[in-house]
Amino acid sequence: MAIDSAVLVIGGGLAGLTSALAAARAGGDVRLVSAKQSTLRNASGLVDVLGYAPDGTGPLIDPFEAITSLPEGHPYRTVGVDAVREALALFDEVTDYCGGHTDRNALVPTHGGTVKPTARYPRGVAAGLASDDRDALLVGFESLLDFDAPLAADPLRAAGVPFGVRGVTVGFPGDLRADAKVTRYAKLLDVNDEVGANGRSRAARAALAAAVEPHLDGEPRVGFPAVLGDDRPGEVRRTLGEMLGVDVFEVPTGPPSLPGLRLEDALFAALDAAGASIETGNPVVDFEGEGRVEAVYVEKNGARIPYTADQYVLATGGLVGKGVESDREGVSEPVFDCHVPHPADRYDWFDEDAFGDHAFAGFGLRTDAQLRPLTAEGTVEFDNLRAAGAVLGGYDFPAEKSGSGVSLATGYAAGWAATQEAR
Amino acid sequence: MSDADPSGSGADPDAGRGVEPTDPGADEGFEPVDVFPDSDDFDLRPGSDSCYKCSTCDTNCPVAEVDDDFPGPKFQGPEQWRLKQNEDDYGIDESVMDCSNCMRCDNACPAGVPLSQMHNTARGQYVSDEMSRFSRKYLRNRVLANYRLFARLGSKVPRLSNALLNNRAVQWLNERLLGITGEREFPSFAAETFREWWTARGGAAASREHAATARERRGEPRDADKRVAYFHGCYANYNTPEVARATVRVFEWFGYEVAVPEQGCSGTPMFANGMLGDARRHAETNVASLSALAERGYDAVASCTSCSMALRQEYPELFDIDGIEAAAAHTFEAVEYLRIHEDLRDAVADAEVDDDSAAEFVYHAPCHARNQGLARQSLELFRELDGVDIEDAGDSCSGISGTYGWKADKYETSMAIGEEMFDHMEAAAGETGMTECPTCAMQMEHGTGYEIRHPLELLEAALVDDG
Repeated sequence: MAIDSAVLVIGGGLAGLTSALAAARAGGDVRLVSAKQSTLRNASGLVDVLGYAPDGTGPLIDPFEAITSLPEGHPYRTVGVDAVREALALFDEVTDYCGGHTDRNALVPTHGGTVKPTARYPRGVAAGLASDDRDALLVGFESLLDFDAPLAADPLRAAGVPFGVRGVTVGFPGDLRADAKVTRYAKLLDVNDEVGANGRSRAARAALAAAVEPHLDGEPRVGFPAVLGDDRPGEVRRTLGEMLGVDVFEVPTGPPSLPGLRLEDALFAALDAAGASIETGNPVVDFEGEGRVEAVYVEKNGARIPYTADQYVLATGGLVGKGVESDREGVSEPVFDCHVPHPADRYDWFDEDAFGDHAFAGFGLRTDAQLRPLTAEGTVEFDNLRAAGAVLGGYDFPAEKSGSGVSLATGYAAGWAATQEAR
Repeated sequence: MSDADPSGSGADPDAGRGVEPTDPGADEGFEPVDVFPDSDDFDLRPGSDSCYKCSTCDTNCPVAEVDDDFPGPKFQGPEQWRLKQNEDDYGIDESVMDCSNCMRCDNACPAGVPLSQMHNTARGQYVSDEMSRFSRKYLRNRVLANYRLFARLGSKVPRLSNALLNNRAVQWLNERLLGITGEREFPSFAAETFREWWTARGGAAASREHAATARERRGEPRDADKRVAYFHGCYANYNTPEVARATVRVFEWFGYEVAVPEQGCSGTPMFANGMLGDARRHAETNVASLSALAERGYDAVASCTSCSMALRQEYPELFDIDGIEAAAAHTFEAVEYLRIHEDLRDAVADAEVDDDSAAEFVYHAPCHARNQGLARQSLELFRELDGVDIEDAGDSCSGISGTYGWKADKYETSMAIGEEMFDHMEAAAGETGMTECPTCAMQMEHGTGYEIRHPLELLEAALVDDG
């Protein structure tokens, strides 16, 4: 016997979750297995579709328009622009995100003081957009080194954003350790615990507002590092905003990130509501079958547990996520050993310029129109295996700013097709 | 170019372009230099080296989220390990005792750093090198870690023990003398232990009979090779034998012949208190027992998720005992085992429970179930059971973490961690709790006053006719 479902999705990142969600909503009996906890908490929480063209043109105003002129073999070309729109519609439905009112990219200031073109952004980021001409005060916390507000404000000003922006650093109220975790800040603000500040005890949100208030110089909006609550971010922002008489927004920070965590929670909740089964903590290490995947094996402390399905989706990530691996001999896909095209000479894998046009950035699986991985000869590896997200090749997501969008669109297309195909 | 240029040549970096760097394997007769000599200890260096300090583990730590003195798993594991290599007289930081051993960081790490192995090792070292054998905390921790010993004695005179343990004066003394919180009620000992019941029922011979009958009913060969060894652990033996009895009956209903081998404590409370010597003694008993049975075709099943966690993961990570890998690979959580080998999903979907059993449950996934990939197992199974509603109490830790929440100095941290779960439980429709872990159950009951059941009890009610 084995643990059976109609569709089995391997991978718990954005592509895997979207795939499972699309499959479950199309009526499939779906199981998602993820080697570890979802990696979404390492994501900024911003959802980009296409920020720059492969030749570097950009920031792009309309990502959807640009998709049609992408080169053959780009995952967006495989699934088509309609799949991107459908995937985003599903995403909008199950999350509390903004940006869906227009096709145009929003410009979101980041913790590094750059401006990122992005198609969707969490509601908490909305008041911070760079296209908004209201002056902004950025507030950093002394002990939270991931966000240095003055350092973020300077390049924004230098880039000529249409508003005045200043950065100040305040001590976060309470007796937090110098290396307090982002979850500690979030928890304090969520539960609004009493903290000690200036010799007296008061609720965390009020104490924080009091620490910021003297620095305010008429700015109608104030940005904080994205630690304003985990379970109740909307409430935290609203209370802080009311106390300060401003609009409060979050500036997305690096990993581990609360916006990523909240997105993870929202997508898992949607998946649960759609009736899918979910297991995390143990990796898929092997499979059985020829031309067709009959079973995969999950490894658990030396035991190999068989999982069977009619249709499989591979969404294990790219080079960083370990869905694609490389050593001195070559580049490979570790679960099904699907073919990963790459130059034989490994000196051709990269460019000498650190920020140059690296071939490795595009390493990944090639697929047919149904997202089924192809062998070196161009035939389908397995009839019932589709691939989604960063395990796919043919695009350079960090340069294009297309990582989330490709995961959403290919995940959606693969999941939907898997359910249609399942017996 | 800096003085530290490793090539020392200062030449044009492009000069070597196209030339393969020396491949150490290419020279025949090449002998690698042994930089780190062999050691009898488990080598934690590769794990420590794998840590790229992303801090994801820290965001999973339930203690760091509420306790401003706790430096978090990244420090307790890889960082402290490095400090230890650098300074000969580096003493393990006392804060390792504030780690509750929930092991959530293991599941979190994207780089596969064996965090809990590092924590367990460091804690063992702290207790053996830095903690006085005569300190009150040592004594208290030793008592808590060896709950089994006291349970064995106490369950001989259950009524007397129950009365004594929850006597106000005794509770006060416990708190004052031992540092065991007086806020909690001790779980009561059962009048008849599971093993007493098992023996009285006819032991393995009776189980063989029950299993054969069930196989006949199921249309399976009467002599089918379906056998499991039940690792009941201490709590289901002394305190909740109803859980152990349910496990036996459910497995027999599926046609499994159950063996109840000789066993000690899984070691979970001992790891958490750095009592690795005690844990090893028990591990030797358990490994001998389970690996011998594995050779005879028995897989082991546990109804307590911390027991299965210990046998599967902590044993091979901490001890080098003959047969330990086999024992780990052949151990399963009980319901998980049925999911793999039987069509449990259909069996549950075809069943229903009548009004005798509670109908609305709020379920908490123990951290140790989480790491085995079982956090949603009960939710997904019982949502298909007619007559039953089951809701998730969220993904927070219950906060008690075995003996942790029993310590007077940890009680408040434990309750602060548990608050999120209590809130979710109270917001849920059901007023009966459900969990696999005995101490999570204590915490759930302590925080809400709800009665707490084990999934195997509900499975028994759903499947086994004669209860």
